[in-house]
Amino acid sequence: MYRIARHDGEIRMSNDMDDIVQEFLVESYESLDRLDGDLLALERDPRSKDTLASIFRVMHTIKGTCGFLGFSRLERVAHGAESLLGGLRDGTIQVNPAIASSLLATGDALRQMLSNIERDGNDGEEDFLHLVATLERLRASAGASAPARIPTTPPSPRAAKPARPAPPQATTPEPVAEAARGSVADANIRVDVAILDNLMTLVGELVLARNHIATLTAGTEHDPVLAAAAQHLNSITADLQDGVMRTRLQPIHTAWARFPRVVRDLGMALGKQVRVETDGDDTELDRSIIEAIKDPLMHLVRNAVDHGIELPAEREAAGKPLEGIVHLRASHEGGQVTIVMRDDGRGIDLDKVRARALERGMLRAEQVKKLSAHDTIELIFQPGFSTVDQVTNLSGRGVGMDVVKTNLGRIGGSVEVATTAGKGTTYTLKIPLTLAIIPALLVRSGAQRYAVPQVNLIELVRATPAQIETVHGAPVLRLRGRLLPLVYLATELGGEVAAASSHHIVVLQADDRRFGLVIDGVTDSAEIVVKPVGGYLKGVDTFAGATILGDGTVGLILDVIGLARRAHVLTKKQERELEQLYDHSEEREAPGVSLLVFTDHEGGRMAIPLELVTRLEEFPRAELESSGPFPVVQYGKEILHLVDISRLMLDRRRTSRTEGLSTAGEALPVIVYLHEGRRVGVLVGQILDVVRHDLVELQPGSRPGVAGTMITQGRVTEVLDLPQILSDWDEDALAALTGLEELSA
Amino acid sequence: MSPQLYATFTVHDRYLGVPVERVQEVLRAQAITPVPLAHPHIEGLLNMRGQIVTALDLRARLDLPAREAGAPTANVIVMTPEGPLSLLVDALGDVVTVSEELFEPPPETLQTDTGHLIKGAYKLDDALLLDLDLDRTLDFTSARGT
Repeated sequence: MYRIARHDGEIRMSNDMDDIVQEFLVESYESLDRLDGDLLALERDPRSKDTLASIFRVMHTIKGTCGFLGFSRLERVAHGAESLLGGLRDGTIQVNPAIASSLLATGDALRQMLSNIERDGNDGEEDFLHLVATLERLRASAGASAPARIPTTPPSPRAAKPARPAPPQATTPEPVAEAARGSVADANIRVDVAILDNLMTLVGELVLARNHIATLTAGTEHDPVLAAAAQHLNSITADLQDGVMRTRLQPIHTAWARFPRVVRDLGMALGKQVRVETDGDDTELDRSIIEAIKDPLMHLVRNAVDHGIELPAEREAAGKPLEGIVHLRASHEGGQVTIVMRDDGRGIDLDKVRARALERGMLRAEQVKKLSAHDTIELIFQPGFSTVDQVTNLSGRGVGMDVVKTNLGRIGGSVEVATTAGKGTTYTLKIPLTLAIIPALLVRSGAQRYAVPQVNLIELVRATPAQIETVHGAPVLRLRGRLLPLVYLATELGGEVAAASSHHIVVLQADDRRFGLVIDGVTDSAEIVVKPVGGYLKGVDTFAGATILGDGTVGLILDVIGLARRAHVLTKKQERELEQLYDHSEEREAPGVSLLVFTDHEGGRMAIPLELVTRLEEFPRAELESSGPFPVVQYGKEILHLVDISRLMLDRRRTSRTEGLSTAGEALPVIVYLHEGRRVGVLVGQILDVVRHDLVELQPGSRPGVAGTMITQGRVTEVLDLPQILSDWDEDALAALTGLEELSA
Repeated sequence: MSPQLYATFTVHDRYLGVPVERVQEVLRAQAITPVPLAHPHIEGLLNMRGQIVTALDLRARLDLPAREAGAPTANVIVMTPEGPLSLLVDALGDVVTVSEELFEPPPETLQTDTGHLIKGAYKLDDALLLDLDLDRTLDFTSARGT
């Protein structure tokens, strides 16, 4: 017991000391971050006395404090830098790249020692003697190595002692700035982040309690006093929530304060001249979000310097200023923060991207050819993509653009890219303001309510059961000319879909996927507090977490991405693989669905919705094998059964057309189609085109198996109901297939 | 061996207990939100003063007949590495003092799938108190039964 008490005493004592050191560390880190920016500004404008004074003051303060705290190594380095800065301030030395570099290196050394102090309580073993010597040498060399940038300054003699020409502008504004700083300090206090986090949690609880009270008082209009009290509580809570959120906001500047320095070093290493410009430094974001975007943003900036900005010679040849610019702009837009990062480099070479995608086996040659510009750029966000031949240690640090996109997606953000060859590239990031309390839509499914984060929400629509159509069993809704795949929440959650005269559909977008979620009703929209759920639900990816609803019960938050994955909603990438078989970029905006147009062996034009097609293939006739009455081909690892379109239709038509299956040549075009879980190859005469058509205008079909007729390229085309045809075919498959034996014979 | 305190409860017709120090608190019946697609033994989630607690249906866990709809329940909250967990029971009993002399391991004839969840029984004057093996009970997400 005695030992424990003594131990406590020691801890208390060291705690007092810790507090002072802690404060020193926090202040110094902040100062050093500012120092980097100031040094770069000074390098650009050596005449700025204010900047120089600010740098000098930082160094002076650090030196003084660490002398007091007994960190002698730290003090020595800071002293060396201070002396050099003294020379600059007095005008005996001029700023040059060597001096700027050594001062930046000083900042790094100081940071390293600070982190030693933070970790071990002392300033470490390293003396940085080399750096101290460099600082001293630069100070001593005075004007000798410095180019005479400012002609008005008399050249200094090569002496250790400054000559002190004392030009009038050399007086330091230090006292004024010191006074200004004092007044700022009076209006600000330092608060431990843990306290703010705790406050935020409490406000979350209060919001929930408020929601509960609101639910309880909803039906008490007859008690005006209670209703008024509840209303008052409501407005106070909203204000408090707003206020506490505000305390956690940090200017975006904290996320990119180090970028100018990083870009300068990176540019120097690559032999490029690059400058960072920022706008909207004061745009505020929740600190958790700032933490989350720091790395993705840093990666984009490094990427821009490494790949975007050209070498000076190349820039000159292109008639651009030698110095490249990476421009960052942040702004609030509709409850979100938008960050635009623009460089004026060479832009993304789309041909290179296509070639790389091919090389990496991400796409096949014929797919690559048909890729639109937009889709090509999107490829850079695919895992395993990188256009640098050699992964440099600068931007290729094992983090790809896919990670940037994933990390932003995780916090409900997004990134888009636009590029112009020779002009540069622009990345637009959209990021939510906070993570802890999110607006959500409360939806009903059966007896339960679920929360849908509004960040995923695009719109709400209603549809009668008659308006919901199916594509071979998969429910879809025509929404402004496009088919929206539908997912029934009740079904996905293992329940039954309730019969209704009209369905509520929440149109959701998540991680490249867009789909309609069919629910029983919308209850409310509310601010919900995201709560951690224990590890027992780990395997359930349909839910992103839980919250407490207004009535005090637990509500589950739907994970829209998990839900889409579960329901097998196609990603854009998967859609693209299908769509890019045929280029229809011109028709892209046209309403309706894409139809694959082909002929039967007699030259009759037919079409099926492209969505039904898994793949288009051509098999050499020699590869056909016979398996009983079924002609088959080896298709990857499986056996693909083939059925001839003419035979199928012939069988239905019950006409006497008998002549020839195929008069085609050696290559047999086949549409691969997934029918009730198994692949079927449909042999056709010739594949013609992909067109877009609004199926609403179809003329009714003239024979069984034909959904309707339409005109394509001036000719009558039958739109086949392939699912129906193949379902029928299943029953009398043999009958329809007999004719195919001739093929393999 | 010093006497031990056990928190007791009933599940179906079983009289069960766990060491009192493992129990964080007990709650009367709570509104429970079912979690579709979760493990079948998970009854759902409940709100314990703002904290989300997973509820484990002990009847299902012990392979006992399901509770009738609307039948009374109570919650025995235990802390686990995966977060707080509620053992959903039929009714709460007293805290009783048991001693080692009263303990006896289960008979060899206990051969049901969930037999390993019972460490043994304390021979109390008026009843047999079954000693529930909490660690094994909580390990319901791995292979069942063994």
